[in-house]
Amino acid sequence: MDWLKIGSAVLLIAMIVFMWPRMKHAVANAPKGTMKDWMGYIVPMAAVVGFIILLINMV
Amino acid sequence: MNNPNVSIGRSQESILATNKVLKNTYVLLSITLIFSAITAFIGMQMQIGQGLALISTFGAIGILWFVLPRTANSTAGIPTIFAFTGLIGLGMAPMLNMYLAVNPSVVSTALGGTGVIFLGLSGYALTTRKDFSFMGGFLMVGLIVVLVAALANIFLQMPVMGLVVSGAIVMLMSGLILYETSSIIHGGETNYIMATASLFLSIINLFQALLHLLSAFGGDD
Repeated sequence: MDWLKIGSAVLLIAMIVFMWPRMKHAVANAPKGTMKDWMGYIVPMAAVVGFIILLINMV
Repeated sequence: MNNPNVSIGRSQESILATNKVLKNTYVLLSITLIFSAITAFIGMQMQIGQGLALISTFGAIGILWFVLPRTANSTAGIPTIFAFTGLIGLGMAPMLNMYLAVNPSVVSTALGGTGVIFLGLSGYALTTRKDFSFMGGFLMVGLIVVLVAALANIFLQMPVMGLVVSGAIVMLMSGLILYETSSIIHGGETNYIMATASLFLSIINLFQALLHLLSAFGGDD
């Protein structure tokens, strides 16, 4: 295994370790979304997916 | 008794402060993106290797975690964010050289696509003024899952898994753009330097993931 893979793995492990407490805090403290709230996220995401499919067909 | 004029005055002050953070964030984001493109171009011209790119990325992440939070509330925050974005740009140089050598149109399409997605999602968050703070936990868990999957794929080397990770990154970064923009609008984020760093990272990750997806499905990966 070359040292670039080891370096990339170290970077990703550092990110996971650094973000873990933030993730726990966010999960515990983030307000709960209603179905209407989640639809407000799903609709633009569906548009993003559609746009990416369009881009893939263009390339 | 409550004085409605005081309430209106405070409300207007709050709106003005939010608009100021929003304006400063977009101005700084534009300048740092241009600066990052310049350092990426310099790195590409110098043909820097993967090793230097990785060191540059390590440096950028170190600045983001340990220097930026300490300097974001002072004037030192401006050179710090330029150092961070400059190093990120430099770190992307070998990857951009590789994609440009294979299919230059993929890079321009990914760049344009990233711009359209960012502007579209920002426009959506700004016009609807929806509060996306409920997504905080979901986005953080998603990021951890994606990081673990990316880590596993360094050793597994599965192309399909790489594509799934890139697809998930596109969805998560799009969500983070909505979350961060909504956070600025609703007063959750009042520091334009931190807001810029967050949006900058979302845009860069979105661009890289889009580049991977377009290149793979365009038959050049």
